Amino acid sequence: MAMRLNKHKTFKTGGIHPHDNKLSAQVAITPLSLPKMVTIPIIQHIGAPAKIVVQRGDIVKTGQILATHEGFVSSNIHSSVSGRIGVIEEVMDSTGFKHTAVNIRVKGDDWEEAIDRTDTLVEEIKFSPKEIVSRIMEAGVVGMGGAAFPSHVKLSVPEGKHIDHLLINGVECEPYLTADHRVMLEKPKEIIVGIKILMKALGVQKAIIGIEDNKADAIEIFQQLLKNEKHIGVEALEVHYPQGGEKQLIQALLNREVPSGGLPADVGVIVHNVGTTYAVYEAVQKNKPLIERVVTVTGKSVKQPSNFLVRIGTPVIDLLIAAGGVPEDTGKIVSGGPMMGKAIADLDVPIAKGTSGILLIPKDEASRSEVYNCVHCGKCIEACPMGLEPYRLLIMSKKGNNKRAKEEHILDCIECGSCSFVCPSNRPILDYIRLGKTQLKKQKSV
Amino acid sequence: MTVLLNTVLILTGLGIFAAAIIYLVSQKFQVVEDERIGAVENVLPNTNCGGCGQPGCKAFAKAVVDAESLKELHCPVGGNAVMKQVAEILGIAAVERDPYIAVVRCSGSFEHRKKTSIYDGAESCKIAATLYSGDTGCAYGCLGMGDCVDVCDFEAMYMDEKTGLPVVIEDNCTACNACVKECPKNILELWPKGKKNKRIFVACLNEEKGSTARKECAVACSGCAKCFEACRYDAITINNSLAAIDPEKCTLCLECVETCDVRNIITANVPDEKIKHATDHRIRLEERARKKKEEEKLAAQAAQQQNGDATKQA
Repeated sequence: MAMRLNKHKTFKTGGIHPHDNKLSAQVAITPLSLPKMVTIPIIQHIGAPAKIVVQRGDIVKTGQILATHEGFVSSNIHSSVSGRIGVIEEVMDSTGFKHTAVNIRVKGDDWEEAIDRTDTLVEEIKFSPKEIVSRIMEAGVVGMGGAAFPSHVKLSVPEGKHIDHLLINGVECEPYLTADHRVMLEKPKEIIVGIKILMKALGVQKAIIGIEDNKADAIEIFQQLLKNEKHIGVEALEVHYPQGGEKQLIQALLNREVPSGGLPADVGVIVHNVGTTYAVYEAVQKNKPLIERVVTVTGKSVKQPSNFLVRIGTPVIDLLIAAGGVPEDTGKIVSGGPMMGKAIADLDVPIAKGTSGILLIPKDEASRSEVYNCVHCGKCIEACPMGLEPYRLLIMSKKGNNKRAKEEHILDCIECGSCSFVCPSNRPILDYIRLGKTQLKKQKSV
Repeated sequence: MTVLLNTVLILTGLGIFAAAIIYLVSQKFQVVEDERIGAVENVLPNTNCGGCGQPGCKAFAKAVVDAESLKELHCPVGGNAVMKQVAEILGIAAVERDPYIAVVRCSGSFEHRKKTSIYDGAESCKIAATLYSGDTGCAYGCLGMGDCVDVCDFEAMYMDEKTGLPVVIEDNCTACNACVKECPKNILELWPKGKKNKRIFVACLNEEKGSTARKECAVACSGCAKCFEACRYDAITINNSLAAIDPEKCTLCLECVETCDVRNIITANVPDEKIKHATDHRIRLEERARKKKEEEKLAAQAAQQQNGDATKQA
């Protein structure tokens, strides 16, 4: 391994160094023109699907609630446009499965009056921690790094757990994606207010923003802005995949290890993504629900790799057209980043709250290579950031020995794909691990 | 010489002593196994497929010997012949069971279902099913990577390369349930083998609305309920725009088969003439029913007119 002159912090176990390919890092966020039709799935988050409260034919305003959360681990869904509700049907979304979604035919752009649409920075936080959490819940804010876990659940710390650190995840370790990077560059002040809101809600005294050192401009901006802040720090981190995983970020910044099967709260930490922090600012200070997000459209042969501010529910095709069309050599279109993203089968798939990017992979890079036998080189073990033994988990899962796999902590896998990335035999390691995890979860639910 | 003699003597003595201990211990801790278990095991097919629900043939033999009746226990591989032998060994009444066979409940071959994407992951239906709903529009159909074929112990299945669907070889299938458990889409189902191997079932599982389903697959069941109307024995039910035949109620009259516009009601081992015959019969019946209805209607009208005339005259 090449010697690293870099003295920045990083996590210790495993990890890989793919090319970062941040093609759109210097492209400013541009709002995408309104689509003709949006499709808003009622499940865009981890947890229970929301319950639809509108009917076909209703006229809705931008920001009006479409579906309310069912249970605590769930999220509100708002209309991202104004117009008339069309059919409510099963639609293929970016997960690859069909889910119920509300179609809205766009007409004008008529916003709810309570939403503050101005750009003025509101710094004063006049809400109590409880009010903050309830406002975040009402606005339907979910984790925007990809997993889309409802943010209000993260903020409601279980009793008996003491939180001493809030970490803000500005790592964006996925290659190609630049959405978080651009938000940090263009909305740093808002993010800082967002951090203060989260700190107040959690009652913590210390927050750290972790940013990988390939985003030097973002680090500099935050260092400048946080000169006089005692409680909020910014830390440069070495470029190292999967540093954006919350367990890895905690290890990198605080050198604490989240126990197997545990949550960050077990070691006194809560992690939020920068995109989420900005959404929290908008929800609490501007009363604006989560109805739009920044999406990177990128790829080696894309004409204009861009960062768009997109209304939730916009079909992917609209973004691709705005970025200069689909290049001819496209072999795969991925929702998310190249490491953890998922190929989509249909260009009408809507942008969801957790969609951070659309990546077009050329044909020659898209297909998998021939699979050979395992040579027991142990590279996957070296690469696994969770300290698992991926090649053994593959065998267990292939043979259906899920009980054994569970004993070997298969459920701790964060599905980062580092094992498959480094495997010299191109074995589909993560595929089988994911299968084992799904089967174990199914057993549990039965 | 004495050394040699001593050695031999000591070793012999030790041997006899150890043998005595082993004999005593084996007497004291003897495990008497029911002889019938061995006897039953000998008649069983010994494929250890697990189709009976027990971990293997030995476990099944034990369970059979412990059980009081054979109602709950059945070896699908051996079938009634083996179970009769087992019953004879145990001296209890044999319970006859209709033989079953695995059927493929999807007819969306390559020509009927257009591919919307190319799957490039690990060659396994189970893995594909965790990732997305399928490489065609239909979220219910066969994924076509042959997990069922891999799991079959009896060489009773193969993938048809032309259609992309699995095919069950009737003579080899023992209804061991392995493929049924393996399929992530529940395409395979155990179905009564039927008299003279004749059977009839709906080869579609698409529960979407008819119009959507047909867009996804040219031979999807649209839930049009024509078969439901044709059935005189209440054997067909329509749930979520999908027809299903209850094998217990079905009399194999075959009258529903031709009503299906995509011929999704699949018959096995039934000659075409018979289906045609049944269809003609159904049409005749319908005709008769219609005529009867018309006559009744006419009669009613006539009666009404008479009544009207009567009132007018009055």
